[in-house]
Amino acid sequence: MDHLDAGLVSEFVVESQEGLANIERQMLAIEAGGAEVDLDLVNSVFRTMHTIKGTSGFLGLDRIGALAHGLEEVLNAMRNRELATSSELVTTILHSADFMKSLIDCVETSNEADITQYVASLQRLRATNGPSVTAPVAAPSKPIMAAPAAMPTAVAQDAATTETSKATLTFVDECFKNLDQMDRDLCALDQDPVNATLAPRIFRTMHTIKGGAGFLDFGSLELLAATAEELLAKLRDGKVALTDNISLSLFETIDKCREGLLILRATGSGSLDFDPAVAIKNLKNAQRQSLGETLAENEPDVEKKLPLGELLVLRGQTAPEDIAAALAAQKTGDTRPMGEILVQRGAAKTEDVVAALKSQETRGGPTSEGNIRVDVGLLDKLMTRVGELVLARNQIVQYTSRLDDPSFVRTAQRLNLITTELQESVMKTRMQPIGNVWGRFPRVVRDLSSQLGKQIRIELEGQDTELDKTIVEAIKDPLTHLVRNSVDHGIETPEVRVAAGKPAEGVLLLRAYHEGGQVNIEITDDGGGLNLERIRKKAIERGLLSADQAARMSDRDASQLIFSPGFSTAEKVTSVSGRGVGMDVVKTNIEQISGTIDLQSRLGHGTTIKIKIPLTLAIIPALVITNDGDRYAIPQVSLLELLRLDGADAQQKIERFQGAPVFRLRGKLLPLVYLSERLGISQPKTETSQGGSSEAANIVVLRANDRQFGLVVDKINDTEEIVVKPLSRQLKGLQEFAGATIMGDGAIALILDVMGLAVSAGLVGEMRDQQRVGSSGADKLDAEPIEALLVVDLGDSRRFALPTSMISRLEKVATSNIEYADGREVIQYRGAIMPLVRLSEVFGSEHDESEVAEELQIVVYAEDGYRCGLVVRRIVDIVETQLQPSTRSADDNLLGTAVIQQRVTDVLNLRRLARRRTTSKFSALASQS
Amino acid sequence: MIQRTQQFCTFYVDDLFLGVDVQQIQEVIRYQAMTRVPLAPQAISGLINLRGQIVTAVDLRCRLGLPLRKSDETPMNVVLRDGDNVVSLLVDRIGDVLEVNEDLFELPPLTVRASVRGLVTGGYKLPARLLLILDTSKTLAECEPRCRLEPTLAS
Repeated sequence: MDHLDAGLVSEFVVESQEGLANIERQMLAIEAGGAEVDLDLVNSVFRTMHTIKGTSGFLGLDRIGALAHGLEEVLNAMRNRELATSSELVTTILHSADFMKSLIDCVETSNEADITQYVASLQRLRATNGPSVTAPVAAPSKPIMAAPAAMPTAVAQDAATTETSKATLTFVDECFKNLDQMDRDLCALDQDPVNATLAPRIFRTMHTIKGGAGFLDFGSLELLAATAEELLAKLRDGKVALTDNISLSLFETIDKCREGLLILRATGSGSLDFDPAVAIKNLKNAQRQSLGETLAENEPDVEKKLPLGELLVLRGQTAPEDIAAALAAQKTGDTRPMGEILVQRGAAKTEDVVAALKSQETRGGPTSEGNIRVDVGLLDKLMTRVGELVLARNQIVQYTSRLDDPSFVRTAQRLNLITTELQESVMKTRMQPIGNVWGRFPRVVRDLSSQLGKQIRIELEGQDTELDKTIVEAIKDPLTHLVRNSVDHGIETPEVRVAAGKPAEGVLLLRAYHEGGQVNIEITDDGGGLNLERIRKKAIERGLLSADQAARMSDRDASQLIFSPGFSTAEKVTSVSGRGVGMDVVKTNIEQISGTIDLQSRLGHGTTIKIKIPLTLAIIPALVITNDGDRYAIPQVSLLELLRLDGADAQQKIERFQGAPVFRLRGKLLPLVYLSERLGISQPKTETSQGGSSEAANIVVLRANDRQFGLVVDKINDTEEIVVKPLSRQLKGLQEFAGATIMGDGAIALILDVMGLAVSAGLVGEMRDQQRVGSSGADKLDAEPIEALLVVDLGDSRRFALPTSMISRLEKVATSNIEYADGREVIQYRGAIMPLVRLSEVFGSEHDESEVAEELQIVVYAEDGYRCGLVVRRIVDIVETQLQPSTRSADDNLLGTAVIQQRVTDVLNLRRLARRRTTSKFSALASQS
Repeated sequence: MIQRTQQFCTFYVDDLFLGVDVQQIQEVIRYQAMTRVPLAPQAISGLINLRGQIVTAVDLRCRLGLPLRKSDETPMNVVLRDGDNVVSLLVDRIGDVLEVNEDLFELPPLTVRASVRGLVTGGYKLPARLLLILDTSKTLAECEPRCRLEPTLAS
């Protein structure tokens, strides 16, 4: 099992054990249900088995997979009611599940286990359409490697069929368990020959088997165990060292013991079929060899206490003179550790030093014993409590500045320290290495590249980088998508690569590292890079950009276009990717966890995608500001810089660009957003500030979606670690707030959602359905999305504009088709009743078209399945323009006024007009009569 | 027949005598300083820090479409559990915890104002006066958003 899979395997073990534990319960419930099969239960067992099958297949645990497959088939038959429930059926399933449990217990050796008897009995179940007569133990072939640690029900079953005494069975089961443990211990001892705890344990197990075999009058097994015991005693006392031969012969002995025990269980007594002679001979040979070779070798227990240098000398891996020289160097000021010096001087091999260092550390037990599974809910609760503790700590720390009592200050400092450490530890419990997500990528890349005929090597760096569990889950899909993308689009086929002078094998590098309280993930390929010309062309084709804009756009910005919804430059859609859904979803997903994604690409050299994500979402650093007497927190991830403009500066430097306030930040225009205005607290300052407010302006420069803007606030307070608390559902709809937090003084502050603010200020389109165009917010012109507008008139001099995105059709309707419902004008339109709104009525045009025209021009507004017809006089034109309403209208029905085609045009507020229909029912009625 | 009774925590809002099942009530506390939430529905008075927990306060007068409280009157907080959340109802005055007979229950009478009728499950005909039972899930769910700034096309 290679190193990469180790994490996955242990996860598989824990999960499977849980699943199997459930199966036991569920199968018993199924049995209790009798003929009335509870399909839900069967399905649940089936699913568990299916998961085990899938995962074990993926991890290359073929035997477990095969057994799971057999079980799955039987369960499937049960599910389809082809197989009636019987106690034999349930017993067989439980037996197999037990055996699987034992296989999973020693997962490393599971592929050597013999599962044929279980598979056979499962197959027999299905073949005979009923339970097999013989219990698994009596099946033709016997497992030789691992055997079930049978549970009580299994024991009872065995007893019924074989008449073996209960005491014998207990003994056998005990021994099987011990042998499994011995397998593991021996493996561990092999890796780590100087471990002092392992050899005695192995010795004891063998001793028990010897005793039991003697008691049950199983002479040949007793002899085998005795021989092994003798060797193990020497091993334990350090009289022989563990050689490959010894461990091999011991493994052989274990297998042989299992064989003997199986006979014992099946027949209740010894058998002449059991011949341990070969194993005994091997044991003796190995012992003799080892004694001859290593009599001089020291005791392992001593090794552990030896300094590194002496240990290496003892093992013959370095010369005493080298150690002396290194020691001398250390005395004369070389601060490096011994191992490093030795390796540096070429006196010892790196791997030897590492091995020696390892043996100096005392090893813990098997990893499964060091782990417990904890409910995530509990950890969340713990996190919340710690969050509260952090708040209390903040409060206390604030007090320390006011009080002079030194002992109080000291205590507060300790509290501060402990809280910080506790917070870190609790956060750690929720941390998972990113390797858990990455573990499957080598496989993904391998499968994909062979499917695409490419040669790709994946390299993983920084797999131990840890992130909060929720974040790990959230980045799983985006990362997989990016990796698939790189394999499919990024790295070229070997022919193309060789032609371009690159090695045929492409490299995909995944790198993760911590930086400044954030985790950076880089996905680098050495492929073809983005073809920016093609991207520009495609963007023009799709109408995302005008040709002029595309030409003006910087390369960096052009490369960001691939994050636009529905954008794909792939010439053909493959099964892998290329449909153009994806990169925008990736970006959205990353942004949802307050992350950022950036892309750098050089044509012909490759692409690097850089993702920055916070370590955790629960406690974040934030900037606290005051506005209109209230405090607000701004998450620091979105913060770029702080600016302060004093009195005169504030007046001069905040300029108007077509009515919108901007500030020149290092030569670029920074759009400004007044927080008070956004929050609807005070009147827009657009007019007053021009009149000359002498107050200083504090500008918080923020980044939302690659766009910068300045948030103008009253006062900037401080930065603080805040605990994010969600808002209640009554307030969930407010996009301007990301949550709330409790400040050091106990007051509550709202956390601003920078993205939400930018959207509500119109700086960033509704993330999904508007194209994003332009550079990083520097160029105000580009910041305005291009809108297609329908220009209509009412027969007088006034013109009105409506965004075409809200219009579904233009229709002409005969005046005679107008009917009345509830006193309002309606028409029948596409099988439904559609109300009409006459713009001339709304805006009081003198020209009453209803009397003259036989036909009405109707603009059909549709949104969320609701339709409404706007009656206009004439459709003038459809224009594409960057809309910049210069004045805000007092009339609710207008969004503002803009200059379109050199004419002053009112921009209609369609939503409001549609709503008007419902609210002003009576006024409409009145105007009718 | 066994007399089945239920306990209600009662309170007064304007001229209404209202009750909520005691099981739902976490506690009743005095008026607390609040942090206002700009842009929030009008009925949301603000956020209260209740021992480290952030509690949203809903003004029942506003929610029920009753005339607003005078500025010199301070409301009381009836803190109740709403799923995982804790929400506070701002009321004028706290009444007793009453044990009432279920036989006295009736659907909301038609004479009750329309704005109130939708938010009560019914009433108990108590000897002294009518006790209306607040439908907390509706009261807390459908806080109509305040008419927000219309999204402008630009800037």
